[in-house]
Amino acid sequence: MITKSVDVAIVGGGPAGLSAALSAKKNGAGNVLIIERGENLGGILNQCIHEGFGIETFGEALSGPEYMQRFIDQVEDGKIPYMLNSMVLEITKERKLLVASREGLIEINAKAIVLCMGCRERTRGQICTPGTRPAGIYTAGAAQNFINLKGYRIGERVVILGSGDIGLIMARRLTLEGAKVLAVAELMPYSSGLPRNMVQCLHDYEIPLYLSHTITQIHGNKRVEAVTLAQVDERFKPIPGSEKRIECDTLLLSVGLIPENELTRNAGIAIDEVTGGAIIDERMQTSVPGIFACGNVLHVHDVVDYVSMEGDKAGKDAAEYSLGKAKMEGAIRVKVGPGVRYVLPQLLSGEEDVLLSMRVMAPARNVKIALLEGGQAVKTVMKPRVNPAEMIQIKVKKSELSGCKEITVTLQNGK
Amino acid sequence: MASKRYVCIICPNSCEIDVEYSGNVIQKISGQTCKRGDEYVRKEMTAPERGVTTSVPIRGGAIPLVSVRSSKTIPKELLPKAIQEISKARAVAPVKIGDILIKNLLGTGADIIATKNVPQRKA
Repeated sequence: MITKSVDVAIVGGGPAGLSAALSAKKNGAGNVLIIERGENLGGILNQCIHEGFGIETFGEALSGPEYMQRFIDQVEDGKIPYMLNSMVLEITKERKLLVASREGLIEINAKAIVLCMGCRERTRGQICTPGTRPAGIYTAGAAQNFINLKGYRIGERVVILGSGDIGLIMARRLTLEGAKVLAVAELMPYSSGLPRNMVQCLHDYEIPLYLSHTITQIHGNKRVEAVTLAQVDERFKPIPGSEKRIECDTLLLSVGLIPENELTRNAGIAIDEVTGGAIIDERMQTSVPGIFACGNVLHVHDVVDYVSMEGDKAGKDAAEYSLGKAKMEGAIRVKVGPGVRYVLPQLLSGEEDVLLSMRVMAPARNVKIALLEGGQAVKTVMKPRVNPAEMIQIKVKKSELSGCKEITVTLQNGK
Repeated sequence: MASKRYVCIICPNSCEIDVEYSGNVIQKISGQTCKRGDEYVRKEMTAPERGVTTSVPIRGGAIPLVSVRSSKTIPKELLPKAIQEISKARAVAPVKIGDILIKNLLGTGADIIATKNVPQRKA
């Protein structure tokens, strides 16, 4: 078996990995290596040909491929090595990586590792939709791949279950390509996509959105022939008598994304059951020293610019660790309070300014986010509106954390 | 006076912007957090525009399709026609990001440019 040693190994060459690699190199790591499973760098951005990427980073609305190319160019210019068609099979606590590549099995010893594996789509099996198993059922991302990268026409009459952003983007794409999108059904009483995508993908094309609805049955033998749409009650149970049959040949599922953490779990790294990603400290470090995480493998993002920023932070922290510099001192636990779904990082030193990333449980207006220590607010931030679809970031100063032992982040009425 | 609420689509903030108007005259715009929101709503009320993105087949390329977009936004009602027009185009590898594949699409002044580098297929 071939063996190698590197300072910082980056697992995954998507937006998180590209940023992490550039940042690790910039911050002094001599020997950085990107390990990518696919045929090219860039990850999912290869198929995200719509616009809207890079507004935060570059001040322009780029397509996904343009956005990724700006980072790939920097990786090429900086001569950062990368392996394509190479899959990491195992990561150990001792920071050994086992990689299957065209050259055979490779063992890589890394001083630091950054996990950048991204996420996967939730499938029909995971939401247990009853019915037959005909052709014509796709996850939204698979449909996006077929249409945008291969030029296939996947169907003519389409129903979409779930109002996640990829589903909304595909509703528009299918309509412009000549298909008829008959309905988007969303289980929750609110959309799970960004409001801007509701406007430019659904309203622009008068595609009906059915909130508090789900698909209770898929019909058809060889090919999808119809689906049954039904309204649900507040406990998400279908309401008898509300069923409606929609004749269609295609069903897209846009029902959520799951961080891809098989490698992480096998390495014995602690996972947050809510985010599905690693538990991290403010240095983006997981429960295993020297292993860092960022991007969609850590928690699912709605905007790629924030993935890049997180990669930038994790790359810097990993570089410092590889140089023997980063030590995490002190520990303030960050807890999730009422109204909040999750908060990252889960552990703070109290010795640096930090950026908290969080999501709320449900949409709300005129609220405040309060950071409580022993029931007393050490910081509050007013928000005119919050939405589970939009990640919220809050800057917290070191001085605001002085004397804190455990911070609880809560959502409160702003009035 | 009439009023209408818009959701700005320029950036992920998705600002809710309220417009008060009488006839064709805008009286007040509120809720935007930057000047792009103001511009967006003014355009949206009179002549809404959108960018267009799709893919075009490429001959001799390492991949079968090259992704493309309009160099600037075009009138919203032209989108279906624009997609039809672009679907007739064929690119030839190699193509670089920014290469113009269609000039002045439907007389809008917008060009259709490549958004992906596609090298030639290795023989």
